[in-house]
Amino acid sequence: MTTFLQSVLNGFAQGSIYALLALGYVMIYKATHVISFAQPALMVCGGLFAYHATSVFELPFWPALIVAIIAGALLGMLVERLALRPMVGKPVFTLAIITIGVDIVLRIFANRYMGPDPRSVPYPGGSNRLEFWGLSISHQRLGLIVVTAVTVAALAMFFRYAKTGLAMRATALNQETALAQGIRVGTMFALAWAIAGGLAAIAGTFVAATGAGMEQNTWIIALKALPAIIIGGLDSIPGAVIGGLAVGLVESITAVYQPDVAPWLGNNFALVAPYALMFLVLLVKPYGLFGTKEVERV
Amino acid sequence: MTTMLRSAPPAQARKSTGVRGRPLLRTSYHQDLALANTPAKRRSVIGLVIASFVVPFLLTDDLLQVLTLGMISAVGAIGLNLVTGYAGQVSLGHAFFIGVGAYTGAVLGGDPDGAMLGYGLPMWIWLPAAGVVAAVAGLIVGPLAVRLRGLYLAIVTLGLVFLGDHVFREAREITGGPGVGRRGAELELFGIDFSSMEPISGLSRGQAQFFLALVFLIIFAILGRNIARSGVGRAFGAVRDRDVAAAVIGVDLTKYKVMAFAMSSFFAGVTGALYYAVIGVFEPGAFSLLLSIQYLAMVLIGGVATISGSIMGALFIALLPRLSQFIAGFVPDGLISVFQLEAILYGLLIMGFLIFEPRGLFGIWTRIRNYWKGWPFSY
Repeated sequence: MTTFLQSVLNGFAQGSIYALLALGYVMIYKATHVISFAQPALMVCGGLFAYHATSVFELPFWPALIVAIIAGALLGMLVERLALRPMVGKPVFTLAIITIGVDIVLRIFANRYMGPDPRSVPYPGGSNRLEFWGLSISHQRLGLIVVTAVTVAALAMFFRYAKTGLAMRATALNQETALAQGIRVGTMFALAWAIAGGLAAIAGTFVAATGAGMEQNTWIIALKALPAIIIGGLDSIPGAVIGGLAVGLVESITAVYQPDVAPWLGNNFALVAPYALMFLVLLVKPYGLFGTKEVERV
Repeated sequence: MTTMLRSAPPAQARKSTGVRGRPLLRTSYHQDLALANTPAKRRSVIGLVIASFVVPFLLTDDLLQVLTLGMISAVGAIGLNLVTGYAGQVSLGHAFFIGVGAYTGAVLGGDPDGAMLGYGLPMWIWLPAAGVVAAVAGLIVGPLAVRLRGLYLAIVTLGLVFLGDHVFREAREITGGPGVGRRGAELELFGIDFSSMEPISGLSRGQAQFFLALVFLIIFAILGRNIARSGVGRAFGAVRDRDVAAAVIGVDLTKYKVMAFAMSSFFAGVTGALYYAVIGVFEPGAFSLLLSIQYLAMVLIGGVATISGSIMGALFIALLPRLSQFIAGFVPDGLISVFQLEAILYGLLIMGFLIFEPRGLFGIWTRIRNYWKGWPFSY
């Protein structure tokens, strides 16, 4: 039982990373109806901003996190302005492919900065662990869960109460009508990318703060947020959080039990378990758990 | 109207593709849909084929191998263009189908005494089998495409690549596992061993493989063109442009979406088996998301929904490493490595073509052609 609860706890921590990234995808999807394949690069860059802030500017962790969020948000806006704004109105597939191009280019620059060594951000409290009921969790993971909860709550408040949040919701609903109401739709696109960039930077910073640090192939984990948004539904914010946590849980529980229960699935099946979960969910619900069903009309 | 009737009676018109001096005058659908519907097209295609049979005698073997691999990839690019370009079903899963084909070919045609599973069957069995097994994999994935649309489908096919990657890594007795790999199938057709180092009736290894790839490319290009210009191709176009409207006019969506995936996978399977037979040794890591993106780049850079564009795109992508080596010579030392330059070129080319020339190399060619068509009154 303890093993199970421990794996659930670890899954929540890992799932928080996916939830943050998934929220970023959903932000961009809701605003522009594009899936941004540039999210892995934004995550890696965010982690490296935090690394640069802690190791070169010698800032403590939390200020470095703020710096990374701001830099990540600016990077997101820059990408939107340079690569996507000229393409407004083009087929979404074209835009999605452009973000793949952005991702490749950005990651090359990140890899040049990184070199072959892993880059890690020191977390205050180091390897201290919190012990309770026979379970244990590192301070870093606890911090991640708390930060994710605060971020999600803040975003929810923003969309519920802030005027800009309302404007963003209006833009997501219908761009032309929003424009007619005096909302600057272009600014809303930029804002969506900025939020996505900031969320990716938080995720990246916490990824870089784990033992392994940020390496050249760390970007792969950002793609695991894709099954998360498919499971939750592409345009649902609660869906992104629930999907992200579900993916984290499935991954961590599979990692613990699959080698004993189903060894025929091979080593490291946990790494691809989210994709298997995605197929299962889609077989039952083609638009995810919370996604809006597309209405077909001629 | 009267002049047309006088100078081109329909019976005669069906025989030739146009009236002399008026190549664009069509008097029947039959002419419009013909494989080479203008005399200029017919002449230039024949000229191009003859030219490509001369090429191997002018180039060195290392450059020939680049072109050989480019031509084999072109078969796969035509396949991806069928499903993504013609039928409009975005697939990021092409690498998976290529992998299925590569391993089917390698197992059926591999060395029976080697370290990995291999049955040593002849090429005329393993090559079609690789295509068929990949097509069956496409048939299994196809129904997903019926339920899902657009970007949902793109992500699901992306998931397929990751699951496939896992299976390829773990099935060690077939694939050799990561870091080890296995040998591809034996390239031997009609008693000619295309991978031997000995000259084959006066041809070097590079030249022989070039001809082999060229023949397969011609076969599959004509096959692809014929699919595209037949009723099936028109149904694909209808599904792409508006699937609800297509269903209303009687196009069976399930049938044609599944068909598009199966056909595209067949091309991918053939490419996989041939490509890695020419390469020699390959490991499961080859069939990653990057490979899918490469094929997507071929289609987008070459030209969506064109066969000649797919070929141009594939050759362009195959020559890209050479090109970046050449460019790297002008970049100051230590600024960027050749490999990184190549990756950046990929990204920039994909973005650049989509933003500035969405119809790809084919679009550039069309513009040049139209300029000279109207010359000296082009504007």
